[in-house]
Amino acid sequence: MKTKIMKNVLLASTIPLLSLGSINGFAATELSLWYHGAGNPVEAKIIDQIVGDFNASQSNWKVALQSFPQESYNDSVIAAALAGNLPDILDVDGPVMPNWAWAGYLQPLNINSAAIEDFLPGTKGYWDGQLYSLGLWDAAVAMITRKSTLVEANIRIPTLAQPWTLTEFNAALATLKQTGKYDYPFDPGLAWKGEWFPYAFSPFLQSFGGDIIDRESYQTAEGVLNGDEAIAFGEWWQMLFQKGYSPGNSQDSADRETGLVEGKYAIQWNGNWTALNMLKAFGDDVLFLPAPDFGHGPKIGAASWQFGVSASTSYPQGAADFIQFATQDRYMTAFSDAIGLIPPTKTAAAASEHYRQGAPMATFFELSAQQAVLRPVTPGYVVAAKVFEKALADIADGADVVDTLDNAADEINQDIRRNLGYGH
Amino acid sequence: MSHSSVDHHRLRLVVRYTLLSLIALMFIFPLVFMLVSSLKPDHQLLADTASLRAFLPVGDISLSNYDKAFERAPIFLFMFNSLLVTAVTVVLSLLLCSMAGFSFVYLNWRGKQLAFSIILATLIVPFETIAIPMLLMVSKLPWLGLEGLTWGWLNTYRVQIVPFIADGLTIFLFTQYFKDLPRELIEAARVEGSSWWQVYWRIVMPLSGPVIATAAILKFLVMYNQYLWPIMVTQQEQYRPVLVGLQYFFQLNTAWGEVMAYLTLITMPVLAFYLVLQRAFIASIASTGVKG
Repeated sequence: MKTKIMKNVLLASTIPLLSLGSINGFAATELSLWYHGAGNPVEAKIIDQIVGDFNASQSNWKVALQSFPQESYNDSVIAAALAGNLPDILDVDGPVMPNWAWAGYLQPLNINSAAIEDFLPGTKGYWDGQLYSLGLWDAAVAMITRKSTLVEANIRIPTLAQPWTLTEFNAALATLKQTGKYDYPFDPGLAWKGEWFPYAFSPFLQSFGGDIIDRESYQTAEGVLNGDEAIAFGEWWQMLFQKGYSPGNSQDSADRETGLVEGKYAIQWNGNWTALNMLKAFGDDVLFLPAPDFGHGPKIGAASWQFGVSASTSYPQGAADFIQFATQDRYMTAFSDAIGLIPPTKTAAAASEHYRQGAPMATFFELSAQQAVLRPVTPGYVVAAKVFEKALADIADGADVVDTLDNAADEINQDIRRNLGYGH
Repeated sequence: MSHSSVDHHRLRLVVRYTLLSLIALMFIFPLVFMLVSSLKPDHQLLADTASLRAFLPVGDISLSNYDKAFERAPIFLFMFNSLLVTAVTVVLSLLLCSMAGFSFVYLNWRGKQLAFSIILATLIVPFETIAIPMLLMVSKLPWLGLEGLTWGWLNTYRVQIVPFIADGLTIFLFTQYFKDLPRELIEAARVEGSSWWQVYWRIVMPLSGPVIATAAILKFLVMYNQYLWPIMVTQQEQYRPVLVGLQYFFQLNTAWGEVMAYLTLITMPVLAFYLVLQRAFIASIASTGVKG
């Protein structure tokens, strides 16, 4: 009898202990994270480290990472949204974010705005007045060339405070063409299709005074994509190819990658992600120069990949906690050091190998801080971007500038109407 | 035969073989380029593209692109996935579609012509138009497995196999081929007391080597080259096939040598499969007039 009582006592005391154990065992709720970097071992290493550190830092959440190849990432997310299978946390390309927020794939990100006050503007994804996404880096483009190239041709080296004007830039191209040393004096990069076109070339249009969409109403492209300033831009753009200053749509992608290093091009419009290679090739001779000022100030594109919280998650706070954890200086510096991306904060930049004061790529941080313009913050951007790309490709091929821009503006307006104004 | 006619005949042969060799070279050049490029470092690969060196294993030759490719992506996993999905689909497709073809040719049932017309009509429907309805459907389908009843087929092998087992083209191929088989054989077997299953399995299928080879190769190519459907239905790496895996290699600065190494590796099974079934495939083309 005594033994039986003892057994019952032991059993009774064991049950709560087991329950406690099981509570501890299941306490960490799994959060799924989708990331676009499959196939990039350097990025994978840092993301794995962030996920591992976060999981070890607390016991409430356990993030499980699933990486996708970038080329098919957006299609996978859209398919998952249709099938009701979105993860808890996902990354999103900055200009696409408003579309995903408007389509109901994302929900606002609950992070205190004071905590991200000093982040570069391009790393914060706002839509409809609310923060939806936050990036661990930004990207910037610059005119990349060699100091010796400009000095030999007696061309002024522009600065952030005094970039090239339209006249100066055109004269520089003419001078470099006359030297006969280069296949083309300027490589804007038409071999790269898709998002490169609006990201890299719409800032030229904006510097002329035009834009892809009217940013006051986001309801029309009329007057901004086909106004006088836009036509001036279109004519200048076409001139680049007609005068043989730039390789056109048939540019070989191999030339795009190696043309500057091999001396086929004198100046290349390219991003900070190639800067490490350029430094390796040219050393101290390399120059990262600001965009020319075509009349309305020098402009470059902004916003790269950012993290957001899916609309379907049951754990928005856990997802936001992870994003806040990931946006620590040490991780942003790690991405910068490993891949050459621009850290979003001054403190992260100061700690980085390539962007600290006096470092060779510090120019990009300032370019991003001073000249960056977000691509139109509207769900309709994903369509407008493709229309813009086609228009620029056609103009480069010799299409009539006015007609092409008119048609592009009409096409964008039709899409906006079809989508009832995209919620603006 | 006079000397002049012999000379004329020889000349015609020389011209014919020269032309055929040139055409063969045109088809083989891309494969040679792929293989040779997979052995070169990127800077040399890009520099060689402007000359005939692109087709020659010269310069700095090594297997390092293969090493790096294996580091970048789980290649064997992707190849296993593709081969598994492809093999199962091909086998099930051959069985199911040949049975359908048999039924259309030898059995009499009401609505046969209408059913065949509808199946033929599916040939003109592009997959892209039905992809989303199919996605919505498979994401809600039930499955009774080891873990009990579950809902939704996403992130499985079956979601990549089942929707592609039956297709209009394969049924059409079998139907056309079966129509040309001698009726007397089937009638004799029936008179001898064979069941329809015995006729199908013991008489018709053994006589259908060429069409089986053709259907198998065409289906193999379609399945092995699947891209859109897998990116829609497989969000987990463990189920991804080779063409989705190819995207792992397209980064901002694409390593072309690794791309070529990966392509070389994933092309091997296709070439091997084709070479094994080559004779039957050509025989089938000759008999049915169907081109791959």
